[in-house]
Amino acid sequence: MLNISPFRQALIWLTVTVGLLLALPNLFYDRVETYNDAVSTGEDATGWPSFLPSNLVNLGLDLRGGAHLLAEVNTPDVYASIMDATWPEVRDALAAERDTVGFVTREDSPDDILVVRISEPAGAARAAEIVRGLARPIQTLTGAGSTDIEVSTSGPVLTIQLSDAEKQAVDDRTMQQSLEIIRRRIDEVGTREPTIQRQGTDRILIQVPGVGSSAEIIELIGTTAQLTFQQVIGPAGADATPGVGQEILPSIDEQGVFYILDSVPVVTGEELVDAQPAFDQNGRPAVNFRFNVSGARKFGDYTLDHIGTQFAIVLDSEVISAPVIQSHIPGGSGIITGNFTVEESTNLAVLLRAGALPASLEFLEERTIGPQLGQDSIDAGQRAAMVGGLLVIVFMGMTYGLFGIFANIALIVNLGLIFGVLSLIGATLTLPGIAGIVLTVGMAVDANVLVFERIREELKTAKGPARAIELGYERALSAIIDANITTLITAGILYWLGSGPVRGFAVTLGLGIITSVFTAIFVTRALIVLWFSRKRPKTIEV
Amino acid sequence: MRMRLIPDDTNINFFKLASVTFGGSMVLLVLSIVAFMTFGLNYGIDFRGGTTIRTESTQPVDVSAYRTALESLELGDVSITEVFDPTFRADQFVASVRIQAQDDAESVAQSTIDSVRTALQAVDPEVDFTSVESVGPKVSGELIQSAIFAVIGALSAIIIYIWLRFEWQFAVGGIVALIHDIGLTIGLFSLLQIRFDLAIIAALLTIVGYSINDTVVVFDRVRENLRKYKVMPLVDVLNLSANETLARTMMTSGTTLLALVALLALGGDVIRGFVFAITWGIIVGTYSSIYVAKNVVLMLGVKRDWSKKNPATGGRYADIEDS
Repeated sequence: MLNISPFRQALIWLTVTVGLLLALPNLFYDRVETYNDAVSTGEDATGWPSFLPSNLVNLGLDLRGGAHLLAEVNTPDVYASIMDATWPEVRDALAAERDTVGFVTREDSPDDILVVRISEPAGAARAAEIVRGLARPIQTLTGAGSTDIEVSTSGPVLTIQLSDAEKQAVDDRTMQQSLEIIRRRIDEVGTREPTIQRQGTDRILIQVPGVGSSAEIIELIGTTAQLTFQQVIGPAGADATPGVGQEILPSIDEQGVFYILDSVPVVTGEELVDAQPAFDQNGRPAVNFRFNVSGARKFGDYTLDHIGTQFAIVLDSEVISAPVIQSHIPGGSGIITGNFTVEESTNLAVLLRAGALPASLEFLEERTIGPQLGQDSIDAGQRAAMVGGLLVIVFMGMTYGLFGIFANIALIVNLGLIFGVLSLIGATLTLPGIAGIVLTVGMAVDANVLVFERIREELKTAKGPARAIELGYERALSAIIDANITTLITAGILYWLGSGPVRGFAVTLGLGIITSVFTAIFVTRALIVLWFSRKRPKTIEV
Repeated sequence: MRMRLIPDDTNINFFKLASVTFGGSMVLLVLSIVAFMTFGLNYGIDFRGGTTIRTESTQPVDVSAYRTALESLELGDVSITEVFDPTFRADQFVASVRIQAQDDAESVAQSTIDSVRTALQAVDPEVDFTSVESVGPKVSGELIQSAIFAVIGALSAIIIYIWLRFEWQFAVGGIVALIHDIGLTIGLFSLLQIRFDLAIIAALLTIVGYSINDTVVVFDRVRENLRKYKVMPLVDVLNLSANETLARTMMTSGTTLLALVALLALGGDVIRGFVFAITWGIIVGTYSSIYVAKNVVLMLGVKRDWSKKNPATGGRYADIEDS
């Protein structure tokens, strides 16, 4: 008979309660947001009871205002600079065997290939062997067993290029670096929750709420060359006065340690090609770095003249490390040793690389929405949702009477559940997302309508109200399932297609379908059963 | 006291005027294709690249003054339209400026936007840019591609699902109805030259979802009735099913349209095109599930022995002449 076990009743109402509790913070959006900010900064958090959930629906850029940028990283830029840096190494290595290979000259070639001509064709095999000797094994999982450069010969001409595995490793590193730099730069302005995400193989999506124009962000990201190598004049206290052409900078990790530095840098981070965590001869964590051609020359000359003195690696006006030059460092690559842990050396490598963008960025898409426009959209959406919801509620009440009221309660619960789940999964609400919710309000009653209409039909064959209700639910189910699965398929495809706002729409539409089926099948039914078991009406009107 | 959109026991012959209803639909579909071929669509920057700037001012917009101011910048094709909306404040005047993709850049250079701002501020010092959106040709090309994939993907997924759950004739009927809905929507957008961007693709997919939802409810009843009335001619089964589900069809479309009309009137101009597309789509979608999908099923006929218990019952195929 028409009944729902107490256990299921309890489960249904528990789900509803949890869902509504999760949705609750959104009614006090500003208050909870302030509370969450306070919690994340470790301040005293008051204004929201800590036992209540405090997850909020994220507002999309079109509602909150801000900048959205899609940048493409020109990863092949890096191949060219690696090739440029490889050339002196190759030249020096071959120069040592001048008797066999003759003179070495670099030929014109595409940027990512190094073409070298030797004057003694007979020495080509030996030359190739020497250059191959410069190759380093690749340490990534996929590239295991291969080396970073490939050498081929054709007569007296050697062609040196990066292996595919190395190119992939370089791409990955470049992307990682670019992400890191962009994140650091944007974090400096300290806006709330910027999104910096890798998209596909070579793209970065940047979303910064509350920014007036995308130009600000581009400028911010473009700010480079914050990394310098400077001569250390001596240690200092915070209050020391630097001489002419000198500056005082603090150490990044040691409190109260300052250095007096020559303010003209020896080399800047713009000339750094690469930095990798590594180990020194004694097996202690260290960082390998490599300069481009001009950087290598400057650094080589400087180290030759200043053996035994200290120089400082400065990032954003803080001294990362101030090692002592042990020996002349020609060829542009060197190693920074210090009291590093493995983690510190990894971070330092990232920081060193983060000095300048490794490759140029091309902005493929820029969208800026003003905060006022976003607020207008929220207001309009809210108003429309309220009016639309009210119209639907009145319409349902007029059509189905008491059952319509049950459906309306389910509809309101449904709205609460949508917000509850959106908050729980941290989904982003966009303007089309609001439209999706309004649309859901209209469509959510569909499952109820299907059931109610079916109950009406079953009542005609006069099996008594309880049986009619039961049959109504039973027989409407297949239509409800089929109809909603097809809609869910389209919501899934929308999500897959969508970027930003459209994806927000897909999320609310998809969630709305799931919650509306839940509320129609379980919540309305539970209400009807409760009512029915209490009143035991002889006849019902649907 | 209950309000009834549809009287309780309808017995409408939906096939009576098939030449007008189904035929008319097909004619409209052809006209939509013609409109699309002739006028094309007013593609937004999502699909053809370029920049859209939304300006806002406390002064009324003087479109021709804006145009004159921007002409000197030589930005190529520039279109300026004033935007009206009942939700605007009394002193809120909004215009939309669209600039074509510049040849030399993936995205519009900031300097271009700055020069537009300077030029417009010379006309109206109060003018402010509330949103600036630029899409480069590379991304717009990809967006077109993924939009086409999405629509085709959605249609294929649905056809497969209906095929699995029903018979192939139903799948064909459903798809013809969907093509009808999408076609008529694109036709209307082409005729009225409403901006067609990524959001409209989302609207099209929503229409697809809604319309198939409607169609499936009717099909579900057809399947049930085919089992129940094994000797009833197909045309009568289809009619009976449509009549039985008519109240539900009108009710759901009614509530959805109520919500959408509220959104259309009060939701602001930013999503008006999107909401308009969905509203229109729901009207044609409801129509197509009553007058298009079933007709296709009738033309193709349905195997009546799909329960495999009663192979001899009834005409195996409906005779189209009978309708």
